[in-house]
Amino acid sequence: MRPVYLDNNATTMVAPEVKEAIIPLLEDEYGNPSSMHGLGGRSGKYLSEAREKVAAGLGCDPSEIIFTSCGTEGDNTAIHSAIESQPTKKHIITTRVEHPAVLNVAKHLERKGYEITLLGVDSEGRMNPDHLREAIRPDTALVSVMYANNESGVISPLEEMVEITKERGVLFHTDAVQAVGKIPLDLKKLPVDYLVLSGHKIHAPKGVGALYLRRNTPFRPFMLGGHQELGRRGGTENIPGIVGLGVAMDLAISHIDEENTRVRAMRDRLEKGLMAAIPDAMINGVEAARLPNTLSISFKYIEGEAMLLLLDQFKICASSGSACTSGSLEPSHVLRAMGVPFTYAHGSLRFSLSVYNTDEDIDLVLKQLPPIISRLREFSPFRRGDEGLDWVDDH
Amino acid sequence: MWEYTDKVREHFLNPKNSGTIEGDDTVVGEVGSLSCGDALRLFLKINDEGVIEDAKFQTFGCASAIASSSVLTEIVKGMTVEEAEKVSNQDIADALGGLPKEKMHCSVMGQEALEDAIRCYRGEEAAPAPEGEIVCKCFGVTDVQIRRAVIDNKLTTLEEVTNFTKAGGGCEDCHERIGELIDEIRFGVTELKPIIAEPVKFTNIKRFQLVSQTIDEEIRPALHKDGGDIELIDIEGSVVIVSLRGACVGCPSSGVTLKDFVERRLKETVEEAITVREA
Repeated sequence: MRPVYLDNNATTMVAPEVKEAIIPLLEDEYGNPSSMHGLGGRSGKYLSEAREKVAAGLGCDPSEIIFTSCGTEGDNTAIHSAIESQPTKKHIITTRVEHPAVLNVAKHLERKGYEITLLGVDSEGRMNPDHLREAIRPDTALVSVMYANNESGVISPLEEMVEITKERGVLFHTDAVQAVGKIPLDLKKLPVDYLVLSGHKIHAPKGVGALYLRRNTPFRPFMLGGHQELGRRGGTENIPGIVGLGVAMDLAISHIDEENTRVRAMRDRLEKGLMAAIPDAMINGVEAARLPNTLSISFKYIEGEAMLLLLDQFKICASSGSACTSGSLEPSHVLRAMGVPFTYAHGSLRFSLSVYNTDEDIDLVLKQLPPIISRLREFSPFRRGDEGLDWVDDH
Repeated sequence: MWEYTDKVREHFLNPKNSGTIEGDDTVVGEVGSLSCGDALRLFLKINDEGVIEDAKFQTFGCASAIASSSVLTEIVKGMTVEEAEKVSNQDIADALGGLPKEKMHCSVMGQEALEDAIRCYRGEEAAPAPEGEIVCKCFGVTDVQIRRAVIDNKLTTLEEVTNFTKAGGGCEDCHERIGELIDEIRFGVTELKPIIAEPVKFTNIKRFQLVSQTIDEEIRPALHKDGGDIELIDIEGSVVIVSLRGACVGCPSSGVTLKDFVERRLKETVEEAITVREA
């Protein structure tokens, strides 16, 4: 049975066209682009074609694309580059809701003597550009703000934040891993210095990503080694992954309208259906501009992991911001930053759709989730007051 | 994905004895809280001979918390109170064919609820506060609880203590103190700090219930009249953390509302020790 895969912000299935394009690279086309023979030369051609596709998808020049192994490497490289090229500046601004690939780098730098300002979000997950304006200092080396949040789907007011940052002559990095392929994105109109994307979030395989580096932005490599990527990232290129990323980028661009119409409609139907069927539920970030594919919803009195395992019985794949699913003991840092009450944070689910989902997938969740919630609530010791206060009595 | 045993899956998917028991011969044990992410209420029906005739549970938590509660009711049914008293968290984990190490605290929760119920049966002060000094403020874990987990389960690292008790799983401020406690036990440092137990009137679950009831039934309706609203975010010990919403946001008198109305009402209806602050 095919899984009902609603966890596309975690990873995505490899698109058939992408798989098709990669296969020759795993068979006859195994050359190293650096080699001085025909086989190597052909790999070099694959590499430059993929670079052109990725650049076209972002609206930038191919020379501004550096291939990486993942989003995390891109984020590390961008931050590393910004601080190494400005050694006297010791202040970094980022947000409380970033991915760990940025947050943990910031924490690491804090231990090494950097000052970190973490911008907060409101109860809908929205950032306030004025807070950024107030936070920028003469010694600010970098502002790093995610394009869209992986958990809530909330889109950052990037245009305004980039403008504020550029006015002060500060470098700007954005982790756009969740935005690429879901919302229109054009680097000609958005003067960020660094932008990071990841292949496996847009139906390419795992193990490949790209860093956009605006021309004339100071750069210091993170991965030292050979002359690959114009000396900006050492290491033999992951040609199969890179070719896959190129094709996936083409597909993402061709799917962007469908993402914002059909996928959005499915997400909205799921959202409305669940809210109508299940009492004591709330949508996280409902008032904010959100990615069209993401639904973060919380149910009071029950815990996320239990819901996920019961959904898994029906081959429905989703994720949760509850503590129990992550191995940590505290619920999602994103939901906590939004001030989502603990009573809701532990019972959060995230559904993230893709163009490969169908109306039947949504029907199945709408059919199976409400009884799962009622069942777990039945044996929860917490419930709404009107269902009897028998468990408050003294003993 | 956690690697759960078939037993855990079985008890999670088809929990035994979920529900409540009522009656004079029934005692209740409670542990955990909503903010901790898991809570268990255990009901034991004990006959005149001191035999546990029936056991039921209500659990808020993950699959392993639900499975631990379910298997616990199976273990203690038919036992005498004296026998039940000897059931350890390891017995609960063993009956499930083992738990992932990060989930051992679920078995500890079961054991603590059982202990609480037995205390209740003996007519001892209903659910006293956990003895000792609070070491982990995030999860309200005391040195006595940590020592006990370390000794009973032969723990040697901070990570293990967190897995068993949750202590240290939040802000990490207590990591040094937990390390000291482990060393005290492992290397025979016997100078234990004197235990000062603070009398506390409520279990976490009861306090939570009373606070949220007071907020829902009295405080919110009053604030609604002025277009304001309030949300209960969390309770840490006797500190109630709330978030003011609606017209209260940015209202110059919101500070007064918080102290003179919300806190005063909670002190009156729940307990004097309560203080209120904004998230």
